[in-house]
Amino acid sequence: MMKDNVENKVGVDAMNVKFSARDVQVYYGDNHAIKDVNVDILDKTVTAFIGPSGCGKSTFLRSLNRMNDTIPICRVEGDILLDGEDINAPQVDPVQLRAKVGMVFQKPNPFPKSIYDNIAYGPRIHGLARNKAELDEIVEKSLRRGAIWDEVKDRLDAPGTGLSGGQQQRLCIARAVATEPEVLLMDEPCSALDPIATAQVEELIDELKASYSVVIVTHSMQQAARVSQKTAFFHLGNLVEYDDTTTIFTNPRDTRTESYITGRIG
Amino acid sequence: MSPLILLAIVLALTVAGYVMGRQRAVGSVDDVRKLHSLPNFYGMNVAMLAFVPAVLLLAIWVIVQPLVVAGQVRGDIPDTLYETRGELSLVMSDVQRVASGLDTAIAQGVLAPGDIEGLDATTVRDTLGGVGVALGSDVSEEVLAAALDYRATSNTGDWVRTVVVLVVAVAGFLYAYLGTSGTLRARNRVETGILILLITAALIAILTTLGIVLSLLFNTIEFFGLYPADEFFFGTTWSPSFGGGSQLGILPLLWGTLYISLIALAVAVPIGLFAAIYLSEYASSKVRSIAKPMLEVLAGIPTIVYGLFALLTVGPLLVGIFGDGGILGVGWMQGGTAVMTAGLVMGIMLIPFVSSLSDDIINAVPQAMRDGSYGLGATQSETIRQVVMPAALPGIVGAILLAASRAIGETMIVVLGAGAAARLSLNPFDAMTTVTAKIVSQLTGDADFASPEALVAFSLGMTLFVVTLALNVLALYIVRKYREQYE
Amino acid sequence: MTDATNTGSLYDVDARTKKRNAAEKRFRIYGMIAIGLGLVFLVALLSTIVVRGIPAFQQTKLTLPIALPEETLDKSGVRDIEVMKKVSTFGYNPLIEQALADALDANGIENPFEDAKGLKPILSSSAAAVVRDEVLANPELVGTTHTFEILAASRVDGYLKGRVTRESVARDNNIDAAHFDVVDALRDAGIIAKGFNFDFITGADASESRPEQAGIGVSMLGSLFMMFVVLGLSLPIGVAASIYLEEFATQNRFTDIIEVNISNLAAVPSIVFGILGLAVFIQFMHLPQSAPLVGGLVLTLMTLPTIIISTRASLKAVPPSIREAALGIGASKMQTVFHHVLPLAMPGILTGTIIGLAQALGETAPLLLIGMVGYIASNYPDGVASGFLDPNSAMPAQIYEWAKRADPAYYERAWGGIIILLVFLMTMNILAVILRRRFERRW
Repeated sequence: MMKDNVENKVGVDAMNVKFSARDVQVYYGDNHAIKDVNVDILDKTVTAFIGPSGCGKSTFLRSLNRMNDTIPICRVEGDILLDGEDINAPQVDPVQLRAKVGMVFQKPNPFPKSIYDNIAYGPRIHGLARNKAELDEIVEKSLRRGAIWDEVKDRLDAPGTGLSGGQQQRLCIARAVATEPEVLLMDEPCSALDPIATAQVEELIDELKASYSVVIVTHSMQQAARVSQKTAFFHLGNLVEYDDTTTIFTNPRDTRTESYITGRIG
Repeated sequence: MSPLILLAIVLALTVAGYVMGRQRAVGSVDDVRKLHSLPNFYGMNVAMLAFVPAVLLLAIWVIVQPLVVAGQVRGDIPDTLYETRGELSLVMSDVQRVASGLDTAIAQGVLAPGDIEGLDATTVRDTLGGVGVALGSDVSEEVLAAALDYRATSNTGDWVRTVVVLVVAVAGFLYAYLGTSGTLRARNRVETGILILLITAALIAILTTLGIVLSLLFNTIEFFGLYPADEFFFGTTWSPSFGGGSQLGILPLLWGTLYISLIALAVAVPIGLFAAIYLSEYASSKVRSIAKPMLEVLAGIPTIVYGLFALLTVGPLLVGIFGDGGILGVGWMQGGTAVMTAGLVMGIMLIPFVSSLSDDIINAVPQAMRDGSYGLGATQSETIRQVVMPAALPGIVGAILLAASRAIGETMIVVLGAGAAARLSLNPFDAMTTVTAKIVSQLTGDADFASPEALVAFSLGMTLFVVTLALNVLALYIVRKYREQYE
Repeated sequence: MTDATNTGSLYDVDARTKKRNAAEKRFRIYGMIAIGLGLVFLVALLSTIVVRGIPAFQQTKLTLPIALPEETLDKSGVRDIEVMKKVSTFGYNPLIEQALADALDANGIENPFEDAKGLKPILSSSAAAVVRDEVLANPELVGTTHTFEILAASRVDGYLKGRVTRESVARDNNIDAAHFDVVDALRDAGIIAKGFNFDFITGADASESRPEQAGIGVSMLGSLFMMFVVLGLSLPIGVAASIYLEEFATQNRFTDIIEVNISNLAAVPSIVFGILGLAVFIQFMHLPQSAPLVGGLVLTLMTLPTIIISTRASLKAVPPSIREAALGIGASKMQTVFHHVLPLAMPGILTGTIIGLAQALGETAPLLLIGMVGYIASNYPDGVASGFLDPNSAMPAQIYEWAKRADPAYYERAWGGIIILLVFLMTMNILAVILRRRFERRW
């Protein structure tokens, strides 16, 4: 088993590590979905998780902000440390964790509320604004960061569900950054979008890495190559290889990685 | 000939048609495989044409003939016997009673068929009383004459019916039988026949609605001919008296209906909604698999049981708390039947209705919506209150409207639990009555259907029908729109 | 900007999160309370029914040897039934009262009243008729002493069941506390005893003054005949209508109207169907009032939408591949439906029909309007035709009738009737569940 998983210490600056996972196992009922994953995810970096469907990349991503808690049959073992603190420790409230580790989903899922209320939802529940003016400020700042401010600034009261797919996804990204997270998890954020909207979102991801640690799950190798600095390749629940994106795509060490990026498995 | 014997003859013809049609088809070719359809279809074709038109005709005839005959006889009755249409219908029912009494007398051998013409009106009552047909008063010459006319016309009608039905049956039989040959597309014919039957069945739904609307409408129009419509809709007093001089204002009844429904919803909506939320969002599958069916048991209990529960258990219990000498010593409640009694029990009845509808609707909210909220660090209750509920709101409003329509139309609980006094009061511990309860009380017992006191029930029914229909249409529309949003 | 949530350690739960979690807990508790209340209501309802209804299945009876002297019952001595019929129940009453007084003597119990007639309130007023019927059926009993089992009066029955107390009869004209002294002694002597009440299940309704004699059997037959009508009409019509709508109808205005109609009919208050029945079947078509046939017709119209809706769901659940397979080998559309789709949908259709029937069985309101209430169901129908056409009651209507009567002894009957009704409903629903489990198919 251990042979399947590489030790990833390549050029990692300990001070720069945001997430560090050690011997993580995830089970869905009897199904061992994630096996012995060890990985260090860096701050202010875009990390891509790639691999064939069902390889566990989304499952692992969801265990980084304990979204797996919402699935009753799911069980996570091993240590996942955020800034050195175990996120699965009993005294940790997942609610607080998720405020620090935001998430963007595969399908844009704006709430059936106005654009303004979609963004303001997170700050409101976490009590980030003391008054309306502050909230307005947060909403504007978030929409700007989501690169959608110019498109919606005149219709903040319109329902978020009325936007186009690409706009909806950028709205969801803006919604996620509104709570001032430190990490942004993105689960195939472009899979439901057309190429133009995809380009917009990818551009946005590139800007976001200045402030956040971004983890993106994608099944598109081109996308991983375009947006990420680090890439992790998952296969059948194992983390096969984790390295600089350029290394993974030009000079993979593992034959499985090579087979995948050359299109022989997938 | 009685319709049953006629039916039996037609049935015999049908069976014969099946056997003979099948034989003729098989006999018409040297190899059964050369037939266009399976042999059975040829039999069915003949059977169908012998049976369906004749029986259909028979059914219509049986229903229509008494109406036609009654209409004709009605013309014979001299207008000295009646002043209003109501009195005319009373005379007509006497006529029909005498006519059917004479039939009974002949059947029992008390009278010979030949005696009928020479009957003396003064002895008819005793004669009929002897065969168990009791008449309310002595029979007048005119009524007896009309009754004899009624009998004669009916008998003629029966003979014509027998002949016509038999002719139609034989004609259908012969047409199909003679047309049977190996090339006849018997299957297509039979299937067309079946399809027409299927469509007819589907039309029964429309006929039912039509029947409801027409029976309510005609009687309501008749009622408004006897009692002014504006006094019905805006009158604040309900005091029917069969002796005349009734005041039939619907407002106290509507108020009682509304008040009881409001209390019922005040009980059912919070409990039902929270139960649905708990079951769909929190409960483990084990709790759900036990609690959900148990709540649904409440929905399967007949309303008469709830009525009895209100009358005999909840009413006395409430009197023990709110009545004179009750635990609270407030003396608000005089008797066990009250708005509160009926409302509470109806609320219990509606809990599963609200909870299962809301459960469906909450489950229809996509999981992605919840994930989005959890991903931002919302707790489960924040997600439910601020994301799931607003998303489900239209559907839940629809569910509440459906529950309201149920509450307004509920009968047994209010008949037994609400009381009989129509009053406009704000005290929920007073006895009040409702539209449905008054429909029951005006139409049961020996009411004369021509009096405004009985006819008012149809107007009440019409009001009830219109209100519940409007609520249902609105609710179904809202729920459908809601469903489409997430499909 | 306050940034309290994001800067602190994950290990410290901040005040705001604590508050939010408390709100979370409260919300969850509201849900539990709601479920709890629902279940409490259910338990309260069911336990009331059981506690108050079970006594109806017990009835107090006296076992009395009654002398049947020839001089009062058949003076002529020829045992001619027609002659013996001339002795009415009034002739039998003194005999029974005397028999009771003799029984007191024989057991050394003192009769606190002047004469045997004083004991009359202990006996059901039906006793004389029971004895008379028995004697007329067996004339050879005259001149002998025969032991009869006769009903005790409902007050006595209530006394033994704890429903009637000595205090509560203080102002009762019918019976005194002194009678209860006699009853206590008779019970100790074994003459008066409670036994299982078969007559309640199989018997006929009785007049207002004889609750001890009333049974639900005749109205059970009324319900049975109604259910025959409902099953016989609503199943074929419902299935035919569903097949048309689901398999043949093209999407057009006409079909839309039918569909909207059906979903609206399903929500029309049941009392409105009663009005329909009254106006159409009784006023217009002159079908007999109070007849199970009419009740069945009304309930058919009421159940049809339910059956159509569940039947269509069952038909829809049959995958299109089955239809394509049949059509592909040259079956006609009609053959496809009747040979393949319908048999596969049948378990679902039957389940829906049983549930619809159960609904119809418990329905009361429409029956009030077509005269099935107020009619005293005291005679068994004497044949199938009369079962459909003669006036009768139905179980829920009978329960309502009892609930309206003044004597609280009838309340016990009403609750008992509910137990029987619920047993039927439960059986039907369990049958439906078994049918679904047994034949459920997952495609």
